[in-house]
Amino acid sequence: MASKILPIAVRHGRRSIPHRSFLQPRSFSSTPSSFSGTLYVHRHTAENNPSIPFKFTAQNQSIISEILKRYPPQYKKAAVMPLLDLGQRQHGFTSISVMNEVARILEMPAMRVYEVATFYTMYNRQPVGKFHLQICTTSPCMLGGCGSDAIVKAIEDYLGIHAGETTEDGLFTFVEVECLGACVNAPMVQINDDYYEDLTPESIVTLLKALQDSARIAGASGMDEGLAGKGVGAITGQDENVKAGDEVGKQATRMYGVPKGVKVPAPGPMSGRRSCENSAGLTNLTSEPWGKEKLRTDGEL
Amino acid sequence: MVVRSAAQATCKAGVAAASRSAPTTATSILSARSQQRTFATVQEGTPQRKYGGLKDQDRIFQNLYGHHGADLKSAQKYGDWYKTKEILLKGHDWIINEIKVSGLRGRGGAGFPSGMKWSFMNFKDWDKDNKPRYLVVNADEGEPGTCKDREIMRKHPHQLVEGCLIAGRAMNATAAYIYIRGEFYQEATVLQRAIQEAYKEGLIGKNACGSGYDFDIYLHRGMGAYVCGEETSLIESLEGKQGKPRLKPPFPAAVGLFGCPSTVANVETIAVAPTICRRGGKWFAGFGRERNQGTKLFCVSGHVNNPCTVEEEMSIPLRELIDRHCGGVRGGWDNLQAIIPGGSSTPILPKKLCDDQLMDFDALKDSQSGLGTAAVIVMDKSADVVRLISRLSAFYKHESCGQCTPCREGSAWAMQMMQRFEKGQARAREIDMLQELTKQVEGHTICALGEAFAWPIQGLIRHFRPQLEERLKGYAQKAGGEALAGGWEHDASKKGHLIAPGQ
Repeated sequence: MASKILPIAVRHGRRSIPHRSFLQPRSFSSTPSSFSGTLYVHRHTAENNPSIPFKFTAQNQSIISEILKRYPPQYKKAAVMPLLDLGQRQHGFTSISVMNEVARILEMPAMRVYEVATFYTMYNRQPVGKFHLQICTTSPCMLGGCGSDAIVKAIEDYLGIHAGETTEDGLFTFVEVECLGACVNAPMVQINDDYYEDLTPESIVTLLKALQDSARIAGASGMDEGLAGKGVGAITGQDENVKAGDEVGKQATRMYGVPKGVKVPAPGPMSGRRSCENSAGLTNLTSEPWGKEKLRTDGEL
Repeated sequence: MVVRSAAQATCKAGVAAASRSAPTTATSILSARSQQRTFATVQEGTPQRKYGGLKDQDRIFQNLYGHHGADLKSAQKYGDWYKTKEILLKGHDWIINEIKVSGLRGRGGAGFPSGMKWSFMNFKDWDKDNKPRYLVVNADEGEPGTCKDREIMRKHPHQLVEGCLIAGRAMNATAAYIYIRGEFYQEATVLQRAIQEAYKEGLIGKNACGSGYDFDIYLHRGMGAYVCGEETSLIESLEGKQGKPRLKPPFPAAVGLFGCPSTVANVETIAVAPTICRRGGKWFAGFGRERNQGTKLFCVSGHVNNPCTVEEEMSIPLRELIDRHCGGVRGGWDNLQAIIPGGSSTPILPKKLCDDQLMDFDALKDSQSGLGTAAVIVMDKSADVVRLISRLSAFYKHESCGQCTPCREGSAWAMQMMQRFEKGQARAREIDMLQELTKQVEGHTICALGEAFAWPIQGLIRHFRPQLEERLKGYAQKAGGEALAGGWEHDASKKGHLIAPGQ
């Protein structure tokens, strides 16, 4: 009998001895890891859900009809990008109601609009501050001038936020973006629609201070209106803040927050140079422009 | 003394000379001398042509630095919209022929001959089809380092508008869409103003310039996607979809925008067309080397004293471009470490290749790089090359549209590996793994973004492998042992981090 009991006792006895548990800290993540700066899914929040009504203003509706004329009538949905942009400017960010309204106007499935709104980086699907600070940190900006690392540090030190965050007063949202196409004027930052170029850690702080002052004097608080400026110049051509030709980079201050007229630095290089020329003096284009005398003489024209 | 040394030289000159020359000492000395001074008395053909040093009178973009206004009146002063009607009336064959004679190659990066590309639109029986036909202008300038189209659009908008009309006439297009990147809000506004001005003066629209040809120009703003600079993805984006490239064929010239024949061309290509027609294709072909003719906007950024955008002759030596226009490399030419010659997707070149590098399509191709958009990114010895390429990998990872698996997954892998290389946290064999990874992506994707992210990494491995290995050794010394696979740290278990079984 003992020969039968003993093995069982041994087996069970070993099991009954408590194991020493090795505590191994295991972090677990409750959300899917995000590989991008923004979340690709929509979650209903207080300020972003389909029950919030959104309608284009009468002025914007006339702009929409202007936009629709640019595309063939059977391809109305080609206008989805400009319309979303318009909605974003009116509402402040591309909320789900903006997307639904655009889908209704263009008679396309809402999902097609969501696809577009999630693909392009310029649609902010979360609210952003009044001044959307987008700093380019791609290689040319990383190298040029004092380097974008110094600018990022200056902004972080001054505003006390990191990339991807908004200040508590809702004035500034700071994000790092990819190449903005002003590499010769590196390092640079885009604030709403304006490029500020040739920055130094000092000049970026001056600029941020000026913007803060302007918002304070104009009485504007963050999150309460669309991105600054009406921003329809690309459709109507009318925007007195946009300079062309010989007015590019003129070092004048410009009016911001139009009714109260607060001065902020004009966009363009902050170092005193006009645009993309050699800052130590012109190396070319110093003579009078040529005209008709240089044209072909073989009689073809 | 002289004779003796010469005699020694004769001995050194070797068997070949001795076997040929006469046995007398005098002649052998003479022949030895002439051997040492090889070809001294021979005229070596015509003197070699030097490129670069373009004169102001040959610059197409006279307002590059904003000396004049961008309105119609100022534009007409420096020659825009002059005899446009005559050019239009010459017909499409004449315009395409002028472009072919000029040797213009596309300025967007690929360098395809423009005349040939435009002629694809006039296929057999094109006029029997009543579908609309489109010219699409690619102003989605997003290649890191490139900022030339921006200058054209905010200072020379009329040159672009006129170029659209002339190029549109050459390919018998009914309308042009200019797809401008969304961040260029100011440039888009300037361009829109120019388009409105041109409509008002009857230069475009119905009966453009009084030539009986109808042509419309529309502006479309992108919304921030690098991949939309690829032609088919640009077309998709313009149709109001996600900007994911299409498979070719069918090529856009057959089925393009809105299902109609279309051609996508870069802003600079289009903007130089009117001046080529007015001054003659032969004039334009007079610059640069054979098959790389013309003038080109170069954007020089990075570690130069005065970065600038400049119009120069093609085939200009790199060193002259930097020294003449940009105040030289910081700390002098000898402080140069490497350059990226044509925007971020062209492979990096170390200094030894930069010394006598010509800046044109073929010369850079011979150096295993490319002209791309002629955006020169200069790095001096203080630059961290590995970090820069790693940042570019992050850029391509961010901008990959996610359609093709090799690019979507490969760019993320490459970025992760490059970020470990940045710290040196890798093993030497991983360099080859990375190289293999990029080779697996290259050519296996729909669009060129796969190549674009593979090439900078391949260039880095090709030219900077010793630096990479040194970095790995440095890490191994600091961390106490070679890096572990998968980015694990040696003291992970001590720190209480989760470790893989067997570690």
